[in-house]
Amino acid sequence: MFLFLIASGLSLIFGILRVLNFAHGSFYMVGAYLTYQFTSQFIQAPAHFWLAVLLSSISIAVIGGVIERLFLSRLYIREELNQLLFTYSLVMIIGDFAKIIWGTGHLSVSRPAIFKGAVQIFGQFFPEYNIFIIILGLGIAFIFWVVLNRTRWGRIIRAAALDREMLGSLGVNVKLLFTIVFTIGAWLAGLGGALVSPIAAIVPGMDVEIIINVFIVVVIGGLGSFWGTLLGALVLGQVISFGILILPRLAIVFIYVLMAVVLIIRPWGLLGRPLPR
Amino acid sequence: MAKQNWLLLILIVLLALLPLSESRFYIFLGTDILIMGLFAVSLNLMLGYTGLVSFGQAAYFGIGAYTCALLMKKASVAFPFAFVAAPIAGAAGALVIGFFCIRLTQIYFAMLTLAFSQIVWAIVFKWNSLTGGDTGLIGINFPEYLDSSARFYYFTLGVVVLSLYLLRQIVNSPFGRMLTTIRENPERTEFIGINVKLFQLIAFMISGSFAAISGALFGIFNHSLFPDLLYWPQSAEVLIMSILGGMYSFFGPLVGAAVMLYLRMAVTSKTQYWPLIMGTILALLLFFFPGGILGFLKDLRIFAKWKR
Repeated sequence: MFLFLIASGLSLIFGILRVLNFAHGSFYMVGAYLTYQFTSQFIQAPAHFWLAVLLSSISIAVIGGVIERLFLSRLYIREELNQLLFTYSLVMIIGDFAKIIWGTGHLSVSRPAIFKGAVQIFGQFFPEYNIFIIILGLGIAFIFWVVLNRTRWGRIIRAAALDREMLGSLGVNVKLLFTIVFTIGAWLAGLGGALVSPIAAIVPGMDVEIIINVFIVVVIGGLGSFWGTLLGALVLGQVISFGILILPRLAIVFIYVLMAVVLIIRPWGLLGRPLPR
Repeated sequence: MAKQNWLLLILIVLLALLPLSESRFYIFLGTDILIMGLFAVSLNLMLGYTGLVSFGQAAYFGIGAYTCALLMKKASVAFPFAFVAAPIAGAAGALVIGFFCIRLTQIYFAMLTLAFSQIVWAIVFKWNSLTGGDTGLIGINFPEYLDSSARFYYFTLGVVVLSLYLLRQIVNSPFGRMLTTIRENPERTEFIGINVKLFQLIAFMISGSFAAISGALFGIFNHSLFPDLLYWPQSAEVLIMSILGGMYSFFGPLVGAAVMLYLRMAVTSKTQYWPLIMGTILALLLFFFPGGILGFLKDLRIFAKWKR
């Protein structure tokens, strides 16, 4: 589900802006670090964890929006490679800033008090927090589906994916739209990072690690396809967990083979649509 | 053209004189630059000349490095044979990978090359009994006749100069011109009866085999190999070198490699935050000098002429 949250942000950005955002993993990492920071600041306040999640994901959204407006928006007229490398330069810059501010040690955030326990389902115990994340992820998926398919804004966003020039000439402020989409995408990455902080160690290098998994998810599901991202996240999750059970040594090889096979057969992903020329 | 050749000759002579400085630091740095420079130029055959953005060039670098090292260490093959095997393995790998990749275009091409290079990485990482996995392959010995840093420097210089000469001949041949045509307009090239995919595949293989040569040199140079060499940031790094130097000129990537490695050497001795500086340089470059260092110099020259 974390993969889904983060990947849907990346997929959204690619679908509309046609930019493959390497810095997405960095947003995720900083989201986790900020959550750590905020939880330790507000340790006295009740529900401090939720406050921290909210604040850090919003900060990431703002950072993302500012980056898009100030820098990335100037590169749309250039070749794709330039945009790709710019986001890669962000990975390096943000990664080092995180190291300067938070050091290189492992940090962790304790689970929120409400979800400390475990639930029994079919005789198996599941941590309550993980269940909560699954429900939250599905909820966000549903909200996005409604917004994209049932509202005026959603229609505009889908139109931008198909033909941005036409949309611009119809009087929609495409520049603003791009900034908003990028901000939402960054927010999703920040939220993913914030929510993962209680169950994973926060370390430098988690940005590079997550981004490759997220790439796999969106490639399998289809870049720019919303349900495809959900499917991709499920497939990757299954392959990782079952692969480790059956052939532990080949599990990672298999993931990349899967990615390559999908790209060869259906480059636009299982549920995606081919790019308009 | 003739003037440029003289300049190159002088440069090679100067490079050949470097070991006389007796400074191990500069010999070391020089070897490193030559190796990475060849790697970057090999990538640029795809990037700048054919217009294919490969995000998995580290795979062939790694294939070359591991082929040479494993043949020497596990099969005790003599060094010259093991070394020659590296580009062959690189070309073979590129043939298989390229066969699938050239069917895709643009961003999907980049993603698929990335996927394949990650497959190669994962195999190397997990195949403990052969490659040593995460602990790497250590104790790769120089053959005795190359066992000093100055001698190895000369060997590297010879190999790199020869490789660059061959690559330059390729680029300036009708075949190379055709690659540039493909870059400019693949559809039109197809219309005049050129098998675009075949040309791209051949370019892919040439690029892969020269990357493998640089990888093999790298392996012996460092006496050891780790799977990290094949991980994707390595591919990104060599892309950055090409862009930094200028991807539309033949020697651009070499200049990029030299500048980047020198800067890294200088920066890491003072601070550990090298990626921060590199990232900033890259971002500035993309905004202000998209043609890289050599592209910028070329612009200056054109500008000067135009003013007259």
